[in-house]
Amino acid sequence: MTDTAANSGNFSSVATPFRQFISAAQARRSSRGVGDAGWGRTLGAAIVSIIYFFPVFWIILTSFKTYEDALAVPAKFFFTPTLDNFAQVFSRAYSAGGPVVNTGFALYFFNSLFISGVSVLLALAIGTVAAFGFSRYPLKGNDTYLFMILTTRMLPAIVVIIPIFIMFRVTHLAGTYAGIIALYTMFNLPFAIWMMKSFFDELALDVEDAARLDGSSDVRVFFKICLPQVLAGLAATAVFGLILTWNEFLFALLLSGVETRTVPVAMSQTIGGDIGVRWGLLAAIETLFLIPVIIVTFALQNQLLRGVTFGTIKR
Amino acid sequence: MTTTTDFPDSAPLLQRLTALRWDNWRGGLLVFLVGMAIAIPLLPPAYSFYVSAALAALFAATVIVNAWGRYTGGLLVAPALALLFVMNIFPLLWSFGLSFFSYRANRARAPTWVGLENYANVLNDSEIWDRLHNTLILVIMTVTTQMIVGFLLALLFSKQFPLRRFLLILVLTPMMLSFVAVGAFFRYYYDPTFGLLSQAVRLITGQPFILMSTVWGSRIGIVFADAWMWSPFVMLLVLAGLVSVPKYLYEAAAIDRVSQWRQFWSITFPYIRGLMLLALLFRTIEAFKLFDLVFLLTNGGPGTATETIALRVYRIAFENNKTSESAALAYILLFTVIVLTNLYLYFATQRAKEAAPS
Repeated sequence: MTDTAANSGNFSSVATPFRQFISAAQARRSSRGVGDAGWGRTLGAAIVSIIYFFPVFWIILTSFKTYEDALAVPAKFFFTPTLDNFAQVFSRAYSAGGPVVNTGFALYFFNSLFISGVSVLLALAIGTVAAFGFSRYPLKGNDTYLFMILTTRMLPAIVVIIPIFIMFRVTHLAGTYAGIIALYTMFNLPFAIWMMKSFFDELALDVEDAARLDGSSDVRVFFKICLPQVLAGLAATAVFGLILTWNEFLFALLLSGVETRTVPVAMSQTIGGDIGVRWGLLAAIETLFLIPVIIVTFALQNQLLRGVTFGTIKR
Repeated sequence: MTTTTDFPDSAPLLQRLTALRWDNWRGGLLVFLVGMAIAIPLLPPAYSFYVSAALAALFAATVIVNAWGRYTGGLLVAPALALLFVMNIFPLLWSFGLSFFSYRANRARAPTWVGLENYANVLNDSEIWDRLHNTLILVIMTVTTQMIVGFLLALLFSKQFPLRRFLLILVLTPMMLSFVAVGAFFRYYYDPTFGLLSQAVRLITGQPFILMSTVWGSRIGIVFADAWMWSPFVMLLVLAGLVSVPKYLYEAAAIDRVSQWRQFWSITFPYIRGLMLLALLFRTIEAFKLFDLVFLLTNGGPGTATETIALRVYRIAFENNKTSESAALAYILLFTVIVLTNLYLYFATQRAKEAAPS
């Protein structure tokens, strides 16, 4: 259910009485905009989009090329595709004729997935509750807290990492899953709070008020009325958080150890390492790393604006 | 809950402390502190850790029960604020303190007080000003490019046309990619022998082309990659403004035979002005922090021509191990970003309040 909800914006899980309200909003939106420009515009936009997407496309293409094809001058558009590069991402011989050994990339992919998954779940649990608090029970100086929270997210990573690096060394958290997950939870939390607050703010208050009048407790109102209405938003926030953590580089570079290394760090090390010139192989690693992100971008199209501005701009 | 009747505040302190009630947070705190003071010296560390944790949980439970129903808002946001404080604000305050000491993370020597010396060193260092200069050049180049390209892309996609959603995705994808992946791509494209750029230039000049060997070449290389990634961001914001313009304004303008140029400035522009300002601020903040892409594409080279201020902080902190000096420089960077961020948030909330009634 959450999947389809994420596709069709944040309205699909709204209770029936709101349908009319929503269709009115949609009607209002269709009276805006600058009109329809038929297939002529499609042609122009297609040319621009394909040129724009070309760098990504070329990397995916390169990942199917043999060593010779990837280095061919002039560059080859047509070639016999091979899957060798993808196999070699996970295990290969480091020297010609040498033993085939595990490259560790299976572990790095697992680490990336595990660390982003757990930290996003934690950040969502803490953040959703906090967002509900900020939205429904404003504190004295509510905006100040919210500003402060987002400011911590906008700080340069390099500034934040210096004291944390020392702190983690003292507490022996550096290089452990617990340490990096705690760090990424902190990293995702402001985003989760702002995103979820923007979704809670959009809900109509009538149903909540009615439920309270009928004697529902605050807890019941939260779980039975508010949360079901923002499930789509919750899914969108989770996926955005996953991408942000999945892509993060500097924290992982400085704080992940050999066992907890993530893909971006491993990738940055291979650029200068033994496969520096094996572009096909590097492209295969990148392709595996990018595919989830591209699929998710498709799924999240309606929420992109809100996601990339941390919920500060809704539409 | 157990709190059916309020415990009178007028009761004597001792009675309030020892009352066996779940909302007695004072008693909880007392048990926690006393228990820890007994457990830590007496028990082995492995056990005392769990005892302290259990007592801390008991204390937390009493605080929660006490606040239940009375300070709901505070209770809901407390875990988030606590985590942010422990993992972000406390370390930053600590490093602020550290910036007044002389301290190197790789030496065992205790920090020694030097007052404002680190700040004086940083501000008098001509290298820092040079890196600031590099950063500003990159920021101006990349933000300008993104604003122009993003605006043009938004104009292209402002109208409805068949396949619009699909084509839009192709343009929006770069924004979601990782800096590491993009850095790796563009290293491949800028490669003097096999790179597509060099091959394209060779078709015209017959010579291989090394973009990253000159100062301006490497700047353009970084700006191109960064602007490619983030122009879609500007496009997305401008697009949001463009589709919010009511149609009847254009219909009225068409009846009055207003020129396209005049239509743009009088009707369209007021609707996108605010969003363009937000895009400008957001991208300036992000560009000011530019680290990953430079680290991977040029690593600051050639020489130090593209070493940004963030990369400089990284070098001082983690390559030269001058921890406290890097903290001082980091604080100057931090201050700039906080000012820009609050400016951004101010305009964003202004806009949200204006948009709310519609």
